[in-house]
Amino acid sequence: MSVQPALIAEGIDAAATLENSRARRASNRGRIGNERSSWPLTIVLILAAVTVIVPLYVTVSMAFKTQAQAVDGNAFSLPAPFSLDGFITAWTLTDFPKAFLVSVLVTAGSVAGTVVLGALASFAISRNWDRRLFRWSFFYLLAAMFIPFPVVALPQVQLTGLAGLDNPVGVTILHIMFQLSFSILLFTAFLRSIPAELEESARIDGATTWQTFWKLIFPLLAPMSATVGIFAFLASWNDYMMPSLITSDPGLQTLPVVQAIFQTQFSNNYNVSFASYLMAMAPAIVVYLFTQRWVMEGVTQGAVKG
Amino acid sequence: MTTMTSAPPTRAATKDDHPVAHAAVARRRRKVEGIYYAFLLPSLILFTLAITVPAVIGIFFSFTNSIGFGDWEFVGLINYVAMFSDPAILQSYLFTFGFAAVTVVIVNVLAFLLAVGLTSRIKLKTGLRAVFVIPMVVSGIIIAYVFNFLFSNSLPIFGQQVGIGWLSESILANPDLAWTAIVLVTAWQAIPGTLLIYIAGLLSIPGDVYEAADIDGAAKRQQLLRITLPLVAGYVVINVILGFKNFLNAYDVIVGLTNGGPGTATRSIPMTIVTGFTGGDYAYQMANAAMFFVIVVVVSVVQLRLTRGRNEL
Repeated sequence: MSVQPALIAEGIDAAATLENSRARRASNRGRIGNERSSWPLTIVLILAAVTVIVPLYVTVSMAFKTQAQAVDGNAFSLPAPFSLDGFITAWTLTDFPKAFLVSVLVTAGSVAGTVVLGALASFAISRNWDRRLFRWSFFYLLAAMFIPFPVVALPQVQLTGLAGLDNPVGVTILHIMFQLSFSILLFTAFLRSIPAELEESARIDGATTWQTFWKLIFPLLAPMSATVGIFAFLASWNDYMMPSLITSDPGLQTLPVVQAIFQTQFSNNYNVSFASYLMAMAPAIVVYLFTQRWVMEGVTQGAVKG
Repeated sequence: MTTMTSAPPTRAATKDDHPVAHAAVARRRRKVEGIYYAFLLPSLILFTLAITVPAVIGIFFSFTNSIGFGDWEFVGLINYVAMFSDPAILQSYLFTFGFAAVTVVIVNVLAFLLAVGLTSRIKLKTGLRAVFVIPMVVSGIIIAYVFNFLFSNSLPIFGQQVGIGWLSESILANPDLAWTAIVLVTAWQAIPGTLLIYIAGLLSIPGDVYEAADIDGAAKRQQLLRITLPLVAGYVVINVILGFKNFLNAYDVIVGLTNGGPGTATRSIPMTIVTGFTGGDYAYQMANAAMFFVIVVVVSVVQLRLTRGRNEL
């Protein structure tokens, strides 16, 4: 849920700031020339950043404690002695390999589905904008932005049950559908910036629409696909509400959902629960560290690349 | 400026504004290649089955007395009428709207100030930005579990040491204070997205504006209030609307922190809707969901109108 604002930010960029890009670059230069770095401000911001770090530090330090040290309630002490017991117990307790695999499959499916379906539909829509069906489809698919999951949760749970999709496959499909409007918004904005001559020359060379899309358009969409994909990844990997309601078999739950075990049983094994939280969070943070350029550039620069 | 205050989706949506529409005029009367339908249909069909059909079925059952299975009959508007005198529903609306309003203010003020800081000339700019975005990529429920531990274990120990009564017990167990914990964790998670939007807004302001202000002798604080803030007004609108809508849908963080408790003090509207599975009042909660949907749409429209009107003054 928290990922959505960023996605819309790209909507802003894609739709509105394309023409501002030159002015923006000039502004950066202007301000850099005028002022010197401010140390007091930097220190204030570092202090603010500590509030971001503290919960993450607590998670890591708790995870490496022994159970005896973890129950003393001091969250901020360093692990002494350093222990991996939490991880070993958490690994079997939550059946980590299985939950991890389910999470990976759901997330991979959501990312691939969101990017491919979104790009295909956006291409068809933007190249046939003069046709009513395509124009209306655009607004129809975008309408999902006004339908949050809780509104349709009850009937969706019933229907996925009836259709035999009360499992990770159903979760994947629903993840794709709730991400689709954002990806179409971004892709159509980006597709408008691709010069028509490029496509025409491909067609003169004898390329079919299918070939034009896969050989020319889809590669050109790569920067947008990266952003769409990363936000689909984050939404899917971190989601709790949908898998917890849709998937009926507890043995097929994703990582965020299996953590509930520590709220009922084993609630005093803090080193175990924090080791488990860390293993569930770490992949998203690692992906972010490697893709932060895309995450932030996608938001702050959006369509400028076109 | 006009481009910024107008909402991007509608802008992209206006027919005349669409470059493709112009190109399309040239090739009117052509036949649409069949493959384009093949590109579009998978999305349309899946979307219809996954979202439209459930929405229609849900609205249909909101006029019945269905308990989710078995026989049912039409009961007209009874479910909708009953909601207005149901303390559980009213409380969840009061809580959710209050929580969303408070959180939206806190998130936007903090995110805007941080964005101003992060776009100023500072040291470690890249590193700091990278750190501030981290909460956006962390799972809401898991970070809520982490904060849950801090609120119910570490904070009370601190409270006992300092001797503050209300802090000596878990604030999550205090019906009057539990919501503050939810605001705090939700804000912690929502600030990065809001922050990035403000950074984009601040970077779109041309530098010459500030140069001119400097020459005219405007103080930095004046520049912030008189130049920066009005120029990013469009971004404020977007952030407030999106934030408010997101916070109305609060679920994961609340489940991880209080699970709606103590009692039902922090039960959000989505959490109430979901009780339709267990409480045997499927149709009733579907009416609640339909009402919630209408409110979400109305809130977006009203907010957009209000804030837009003010921009034009």
